[in-house]
Amino acid sequence: MLQIISLLLENKPGALMRVTGVLTARGYNIETLTVARTLDPELSRMTIVVDVDPALRAQVIKQMNKLVNVLQAVDLTDSRAVVRDLVLVRVRATLEQRTAILKEAEIFGARVIDSSTEGFALEATDDPEKLDEFIQVMRTYGDIEVIRSGALAMSLEAKKLRLQPPVPAGRARREENAPIEVSEEN
Amino acid sequence: MSNLMSGARMLLECLVREGVDCFFGYPGGVTLPFYDAMYDHHIRHVLVRHEENACFAAEGYARATGKVGVCCATSGPGATNLITGLVDSMMDSIPIVALTGQVPTKLIGSDAFQEADTFGITRSCTKHNFMVKTLADLPQIVHEAFYIASSGRPGPVLVDVPKDVFQAQGHYTPVTNIHLPGYKVFTEGHTGQIKRAAQMIWDAERPWVYAGGGIIAAGASAELRELAETADLPVVCTLMGLGGLSAGHPNFVSMPGMHGSFAANMGMSNCDVMIALGVRFDDRVTGRLSAFAPHAKVIHVDIDPAEIGKNRVPDLPIVGDLKRVLERLNKVLAEATPERKARHAADRKAWWTQVRAWKQEHPLAPTYSDTEIKPQHLMAEIDRLSGGQAIVCSDVGQHQMWAAQLVRFNEPRLWINSGGLGAMGFGLPAAIGAQFARPDKLVFAVVGDGGFQMSIPELSTIASHGLPVKIVVVNNGYLGMIRQWQELFYNNRLSAAELDCFPDAEKLAGAYGFKGRTIDKPHELAPALEAAVEEPGPYLLNVKVSPYENVYPMIPAGAAVHEMVMGPPEPVPVAT
Repeated sequence: MLQIISLLLENKPGALMRVTGVLTARGYNIETLTVARTLDPELSRMTIVVDVDPALRAQVIKQMNKLVNVLQAVDLTDSRAVVRDLVLVRVRATLEQRTAILKEAEIFGARVIDSSTEGFALEATDDPEKLDEFIQVMRTYGDIEVIRSGALAMSLEAKKLRLQPPVPAGRARREENAPIEVSEEN
Repeated sequence: MSNLMSGARMLLECLVREGVDCFFGYPGGVTLPFYDAMYDHHIRHVLVRHEENACFAAEGYARATGKVGVCCATSGPGATNLITGLVDSMMDSIPIVALTGQVPTKLIGSDAFQEADTFGITRSCTKHNFMVKTLADLPQIVHEAFYIASSGRPGPVLVDVPKDVFQAQGHYTPVTNIHLPGYKVFTEGHTGQIKRAAQMIWDAERPWVYAGGGIIAAGASAELRELAETADLPVVCTLMGLGGLSAGHPNFVSMPGMHGSFAANMGMSNCDVMIALGVRFDDRVTGRLSAFAPHAKVIHVDIDPAEIGKNRVPDLPIVGDLKRVLERLNKVLAEATPERKARHAADRKAWWTQVRAWKQEHPLAPTYSDTEIKPQHLMAEIDRLSGGQAIVCSDVGQHQMWAAQLVRFNEPRLWINSGGLGAMGFGLPAAIGAQFARPDKLVFAVVGDGGFQMSIPELSTIASHGLPVKIVVVNNGYLGMIRQWQELFYNNRLSAAELDCFPDAEKLAGAYGFKGRTIDKPHELAPALEAAVEEPGPYLLNVKVSPYENVYPMIPAGAAVHEMVMGPPEPVPVAT
């Protein structure tokens, strides 16, 4: 069963690799993955859709939350969330098909982003299942080229984000709150 | 406070501030600036003979003290040689900071000489890893590495430093704080859950404590003892938890698991409340998981939330530091009314009678022979000389299990072994680290003839520092555990199990300038071991033991705990 995971993580080298590593180490194949910066440029928001054994879903989330660079990992599979995917479709259209294609595009709320004598380039944003249908319909008009963005998911419930406060640097300072010392030799 | 210095020197300053007095490493091209800075610095660097052993020695140091162990290797082959040690410390939750050199930043990604993608390679075998891109980041990263390695569930952290970062000059200002907003450390434990745990313990008729490496990592031995005494609970300590409760304590049963005792495993199977402390329900303990502790309600305390429910779903989870949680649990337990404490007194008494009966029925006792040295006899002698006080570093295999069964540890951090990974070649370098950490202690390296031959180069390190490590080779001429499994599960077809050539111990040790001896008669054993212990320097004692001895009891892989095999089956002829 597909699991939708939303992560807030530090925008640091290797962070993406660490997150995907939790999945690849267990042999899971990632269906989709999207990542982009948030309003805070030091953070990224990632959405992963992955086929995980239901019994192990909680374990995967825990392992992701353990990662130092991950501020929050949540499972949105069964919670109130909106999921959106974007698709770009290039469809060849004969003169007779053009009107029909435009009509179908309108039904699915797709936008024409390029039109030529060859056919159309269309763009649609919707939940992934709806886009599957759109693609099915477009395929009836012949060979098409399809590119999808992968799912973006946003929780519709407030999730409390707990951030950790700073800690003193250095073992001695952490243990005894001792003053900072630089060794005096040289 | 700020002064101009090189990145290499800055790294040493950070190590000093982290309380590092000694670390283990091997130099190389790109770490030359770091080694140059060490030349006139007071931190002690121990030159090992192979980078893998630098990490094992750092582990020995960390396991013997609880402090962060530090190792250092150069780029490329140096870094890749650390991998086994990193995975080992990951599996056993040992705090390690590994410092690796990297080719200069401008050359990264160019397949430069001795370049390897250390950051990428070590991602999955560290708790966290860093690459230092500029000198300005170095002090911050080093302190973050030590904090991550030593806090929460400990583990290895690697810091990869390019050569030009070592060489760059900058003003060093000591870092005061580190901020890792996403790094969560759970310590306190949920108050309500702790109260419920206390109720479950008093309500239990057949309670049982299953204590693991978490007790050692948390320094919670005193709290474990108090728990056992407050509620009069039987305690088993896993391979990683031995010494967590003194082996001499009346509540200590023994070790559970594949080669654990009958009593320990029967207790696990028959208890009604299992108090699992800092354990991970490893397959070597649980046997077939679906048949494990079928009657037990499980209280699972661990600092790592991902361990809760990973293998066994607990009835009562508590996420927190064991020392803190047990302190508070003990307090709640002690506050119980006498009526509550007495409620199941009769059941508890019957339970203890049963546990003692199991212990008597199949005790973990050494076996002796007049003609050959039984490995169990050897362990009993080591136990006698240790008196529960010596550090014993074992390698991996049959001797590890016999030592775990028969050598008693009265304190934590005396028993040092590669539990989770089972890395052969661990014992000897770990003993080096442990002896550096605890110069006051008698340190045994109890190793098999297989693992010893993986770490022979370190005899040179031992000799060069005159480390008084007592190396005891449990020599049966075989990869014993391999032979045991081939005998039991592969029709005695002994494939690549025989180690038919072993160096002359006296000559080998003599070549390094210390004493060595080979013995094979039971009557030689006690005096030879005593002589080894009395020797002020290192000693190599090669003990030829019965070649066909197997480790029992044994729960075959995939079997349930109650399907334990107590002794050898009918002999099977060797395949010809």
